[in-house]
Amino acid sequence: MITRAAHEMSAAMAAGEITSEKLTQDHFDRIAEVDADVHAFLYLDHEGALAQARAVDKARASGEKVGPLAGVPLALKDVMVQKGIPTTAGSKILEGWRPPYDATLVTKLKDSGVVILGKTNMDEFAMGSSTENSAYGPTHNPWDLSRIPGGSGGGSSASLAAFEAPLAIGTDTGGSIRQPAAVTGTVGVKPTYGGVSRYGLIAFSSSLDQAGPCARTVLDAALLHEVIAGHDPKDATSINAPVPQVVHAARNGNVKGVKIGVVKELNGDGYQAGVRSRFEESLELLAKAGAEIVEVSCPNFEYALASYYLIAPSECSSNLARFDAMRYGMRVGDEDGVSAELVMNLTREVGFGREVKRRIILGTYALSSGYYDAYYGSAQKVRTLITQDFAKAFSSADVLVSPTCPTTAFKIGDKVDDPLAMYLNDIATIPVNMAGIGGMSLPCGLAPEDGLPVGFQIMAPAMQDQRLYSVGAALEAELLTKWGAPLLSQIPALGGAK
Amino acid sequence: MTTLSRSDVANLARLARIEMTDSELDHLATEMDVILNAVARVQEVATPDIKPTSHPVPISNVTRPDVVVPSLTPEQALSGAPAKEDGRFRVPQILGEE
Repeated sequence: MITRAAHEMSAAMAAGEITSEKLTQDHFDRIAEVDADVHAFLYLDHEGALAQARAVDKARASGEKVGPLAGVPLALKDVMVQKGIPTTAGSKILEGWRPPYDATLVTKLKDSGVVILGKTNMDEFAMGSSTENSAYGPTHNPWDLSRIPGGSGGGSSASLAAFEAPLAIGTDTGGSIRQPAAVTGTVGVKPTYGGVSRYGLIAFSSSLDQAGPCARTVLDAALLHEVIAGHDPKDATSINAPVPQVVHAARNGNVKGVKIGVVKELNGDGYQAGVRSRFEESLELLAKAGAEIVEVSCPNFEYALASYYLIAPSECSSNLARFDAMRYGMRVGDEDGVSAELVMNLTREVGFGREVKRRIILGTYALSSGYYDAYYGSAQKVRTLITQDFAKAFSSADVLVSPTCPTTAFKIGDKVDDPLAMYLNDIATIPVNMAGIGGMSLPCGLAPEDGLPVGFQIMAPAMQDQRLYSVGAALEAELLTKWGAPLLSQIPALGGAK
Repeated sequence: MTTLSRSDVANLARLARIEMTDSELDHLATEMDVILNAVARVQEVATPDIKPTSHPVPISNVTRPDVVVPSLTPEQALSGAPAKEDGRFRVPQILGEE
């Protein structure tokens, strides 16, 4: 059962074939079996999860109408706060902190009967593309344990691929949902900015951060999307508009007459041969299914990475000022007569890892007087140009597509000492965040040269997230017909029998 | 070509309230040079006529009705405090001796 899709688990529970308590325990058993190797989880909430599962079973048994994901287990990225549950954002500075409130997204999950198994590993404060920047050690890609599971949400993506959970929550600032999905052969969606509340999401870069669903199928992602989306008065940037009909779209995948724009700049040089061949193959399948494939050009995308690595560090240098050793989290050096300033300095020295310090310093520089216009100001102008490129491209295409990442999963340790090489992972995912639009990654096969998953990215205009699901579901169906079984059925066995 | 010295980075670290050793400062100064020279590319296309975008959604002044709603209790608010005293956060010395 644990290898099935979330909607199948839900149907099995509705048919009385399995209880949520049993399903939840089966997932904990699987985690106990494989997570010493994968290290997807930072914390497991056995008691809370099983209590929620029993409550759903009881409700179902008494004939109460329950939601479509009631009783289904989920892995929660450790950047989302959950009341009473240790929440670290992958950082030492928050070690042992138990938040006194729930994120709005967590409230929605609980209210819909979703069973939260625990918190997943991530790059510290979501800064990274490999989960190697976690203060608690890296997560390993279930396809090959010597490789990265993507980042920052590598724990969430790995938990799906390792069958430790059928659903997960990620957050995506520059690709942290989509890139991990791509390299683990799973599905990840970054909704339109403002589509899912950020209340209770520990902020990295507030104008870019967006939580979203991770799953093994497009329909499961859509079901989770509908649970977590919607306006929230507690988040001033939350969009006050109806949630796009993503489940309907996922159930009715169709590309007949749909214009699909291939972004010229997000392909070619620097993209691995196997990534390109799987991407091209998917384009052929979409064309065969009735889509019209057109080429679009977004000339300013080549500046997106540079702009992102000014905007995100600038916002993070401000956001992470809240970790000041005064109200919660770690405090170091608090002895008689020591100033608050020195305690802050010492705490932040010990509490933050290398990448976080690097970005805070970069952001502090980009925002400092005399450099603001040249760096942060210029980056904001590039953001305008990228948004204009998208607008123009969407005037001739309903959705845009590209490979999600230039390469398949690389080896743990390969890029830790080269920040610029690491940043290049996000070259195709970042433009979506800059413009605040929606993006999806779904698996489109294994690269022939290394047998590792390749991600196919779909991008849609703001608040048109249903187009991601409609096109995604159509491609997923074509690929399933071609493969005969889901891609994850090819994953090597972990820790024993599946 | 941007070049940051150890003392430039030390100043940034002081502004950012992060203690750093000399070797950390030296390492970071080298890394900053590489990163800044890469990201400075934005200046190639950021001409004066382009309006900057600070945020993807054009919204301003989001308010809520001015009514009291439940919030954290003092105990909840203090639950994660590194140190507390008499129902308040206890913090290190803020003002100097003079």
